Amino acid sequence: MSDTSKTVKQDPEPASQATVAPADDPTAAPVTVLDPRLLIREEGLKGYLTEFKRKMKGGELGSLPVVVGLIVIWTIFQLQNDRFLSADNLSNISYYLSATGMLAIGLVFVLLLGEIDLSVGSVSGLASTLFAVFVVDHGVNSWLALVLTVVTGVGIGALHGWFFARIGVPAFVVTLAGFLGWNGLMLWLLGESGTINIPDEGPVHLFGQSSFFMDQAVIGGYLLAGLGVASMLYGSLMDQRRRRAAGVPFRPTSEIALRVGALAVAAFVAAYVLNSSAGVSNALVIFLASLVIVDFVLRRTPYGRKVFAVGGGIEAARRAGINVSMIRITVFAIAGGFAAVGGMFFAGQTQSATLNAGGGNTLMLAIAAAVIGGTSLFGGRGTVWSALLGMLVIQSIQTGLDLLNMNTSIQYMITGAVLLGAVVIDSVSRRSQKAAGRA
Amino acid sequence: MVHVSATPVLALRGVSKRFGAVQALTDVELEVHAGEVVALVGDNGAGKSTLVKTIAGVHPIDEGIIEWDGKPVSINKPHDAQGLGVATVYQDLALCDNLDVVGNLYLGRELLHRGVIDEVTMEKNARELLSTLSIRIPSVRIPIASLSGGQRQVVAIARALIGDPKIVILDEPTAALGVEQTAQVLDLVERLRERDLGVILISHNMADVKAVADTVAVLRLGKNNGSFPVKDTTHEEIIAAITGATENAVTRRAGRRTTEAAK
Repeated sequence: MSDTSKTVKQDPEPASQATVAPADDPTAAPVTVLDPRLLIREEGLKGYLTEFKRKMKGGELGSLPVVVGLIVIWTIFQLQNDRFLSADNLSNISYYLSATGMLAIGLVFVLLLGEIDLSVGSVSGLASTLFAVFVVDHGVNSWLALVLTVVTGVGIGALHGWFFARIGVPAFVVTLAGFLGWNGLMLWLLGESGTINIPDEGPVHLFGQSSFFMDQAVIGGYLLAGLGVASMLYGSLMDQRRRRAAGVPFRPTSEIALRVGALAVAAFVAAYVLNSSAGVSNALVIFLASLVIVDFVLRRTPYGRKVFAVGGGIEAARRAGINVSMIRITVFAIAGGFAAVGGMFFAGQTQSATLNAGGGNTLMLAIAAAVIGGTSLFGGRGTVWSALLGMLVIQSIQTGLDLLNMNTSIQYMITGAVLLGAVVIDSVSRRSQKAAGRA
Repeated sequence: MVHVSATPVLALRGVSKRFGAVQALTDVELEVHAGEVVALVGDNGAGKSTLVKTIAGVHPIDEGIIEWDGKPVSINKPHDAQGLGVATVYQDLALCDNLDVVGNLYLGRELLHRGVIDEVTMEKNARELLSTLSIRIPSVRIPIASLSGGQRQVVAIARALIGDPKIVILDEPTAALGVEQTAQVLDLVERLRERDLGVILISHNMADVKAVADTVAVLRLGKNNGSFPVKDTTHEEIIAAITGATENAVTRRAGRRTTEAAK
C-alpha cells in the first residue's frame, strides 16, 4: 500500500538492498518472518528521527514538500501584504479551494492508474451550464437538476473510460478530445448571451460563499474539529486493540497520541481562524466529507485495492482476476462525477453559468494540486488527501497573487512554474526511491 | 524418500492439443501425486508450456482425459483449474510493485470484515504462512518493490498457496535467480512437498531438477519421451531423453571433451 507509514512499531527498513536474506536452514524452527540483519525501528522520539532521515534519503518525501512549500509561500505573501494571514483571507482560501479540490479528488483516482484526465475542467464548465439550462430554461427542481448534472458527469467520464479501456485509445488523447468537445458543447448551450444567471437557492446556495455550516454558529467549527479528532482517536485505538489481539505489530500509544494531537492542533486552529471570520463554509465541509469518504474507499475497500493494483501492475492485476477494463471505466466515471460536482461549486461561487467556467487554468490547477499533494504521475502511489494539501498551496498562491494585484499573465507563469516544480519533485523522488529500492 | 499416495491427484491420459497445423501435444501422459515433485523437462518447443497451460485451463485440450483424484474432469478456463485446486506461478512474476506483501498475497481475494478489507487478519495469516514456509522477508508491510528477486519469487509462490491448492505449477522459478536465491526457492519447493502438495516444476536447469524433483517427465516434440525416478537416473540419461538420441550435439561435445581430457 502507499500508506507504508500505517505500519507499525516494528516496520523495519531494509538495511541494504544489495543484501538478500540468507538461505534458510531448513532444520531451524521457523518462528520469525524477520530477517535478523534488518534494522528494527527504535522506540520513542529517536526512532522517529532516524526513520524520518532514512525516508528522506530514500526519496519517500510524503507530505514534506507540501508543508515546506506552504510555509515558504505563506511567509513570502505575508511579508508582501500583511492581510494575507488574516482570518478573512484564510477563510477565503478555504472556501475557494473546495471547487478545484473536487476536480483534484477525481484526478487522484485517474493518477493512481498512471493515467491523466485532461477533460475535468471542461466537464466542470459543462456541468454548471447544464445545471443552469435544467433549472432556468426547463424549470427542473434544483436538487433533481443537481443529480442529473452529476449523473451526466459520470456518464461523460465513463464514455472516456470506455474509449480508453475497450477501444484502446490512449487516455491522454481521449480526454484531450473531451477537453475540446465538452467545452464546445458548453459554448453551444450558452449560445449568444454567454451567461445564464442561476437563482441563489438549493444546491447553488449551499455551494455558495454565503452558506455556512450550522448557520455560522461558533460551535459549528469546533464540533467538526472535535468530530474529526474523536473519530481518528477511536479508529486508531480500535485498530491497535484488534492488532494487539491478533498478535501483529501495532502502533504504540505514544505514536497514536502524537498523530491525534497533531490533527487536533491543526483542526482546532483552523476552526478558530474560520470562526474569527465568518464561519466554516458548507462548500469546505462537503469537500472535507468527500475526502474522508473517498479515502476510506481507496484504502479500505476491495475496489480501492483494485485501483491501486491496476496502477501498480496491469498484468499482475489481470492475473489476480481483476477486471482491468471495469476498473478503468469506473475510475474515469468517478473523475467525471467529481468534475461535475466541482462545476456545481463554480456555479455556486458566481450564481451563474459563464463562458469562463472550468476554462483558463482550472485543469492545470487541479492536476497541479493532486501532484503537489504527493500523488505520483506514474501511478500506484498517492492518497486523496493530496487534493487538500495541494489545493492549500495552489489556492494560497492564487489568493496571494490576487491580493498583490498581479496580472493574469503573471499568475499563469507562476502556476506553470509551480506545476513543473511539483512534477520535477515527483520524478526526482521516484528516481531516488528506485535507487533506494523502494519503487 | 517422501510418501507418495497411490491415486495421483492429477493425471493426464493421452492428452493431445493442436494449434492449427501444429500438433503441439500428442498422447501425453502425466501423473502427479500428493507430496511429489514432478520436473517437466524438454527442449524449447517441446510442449512444456502448452502442457502446463492445458492444466491451468488457458488452452482446453482437444483429446484425452484429465483425471482429478481419479475422476475425469474438464478444464476449459483458468477458473475451472483454480476451482479444482491448481495454482500456477508464472515465470514473469505477477506481483504489484506498489502494494505491500500482504496486499499482494491476497490480491483479488481480500478478506473482508463487515465489508471492509480486514487488514489485521490478512496480516496475521500472511505472517503465519510465511513463517511456516520459513520465508524471510523484512516485513509483510513493505512494498514488493523493496524486495530482491529471490524474495519476490518466494512471495509469488506463497501467493499461490493462499487459495489452498493441491497442485502447484512452477514455471521456471529459478530462471532469473542467483545462487543463494535459487537455493531459497528450492528449499521452498521442498517445503511444498512436505505440505503434501503435488508440484510440477518446469526447469531447464538439471542441477535444480536433480536437487528437488522426485520424478522427471521428459517431453520431446510434443510426446512423452520417458519418465524417470530422479534418484536412479543420471544426468546424461535425462539429457539423452531430452535431445532424443545418444548421437547429437550435446553428446558429441561431451565426447570431444573426454577425448581431449584423455590426451
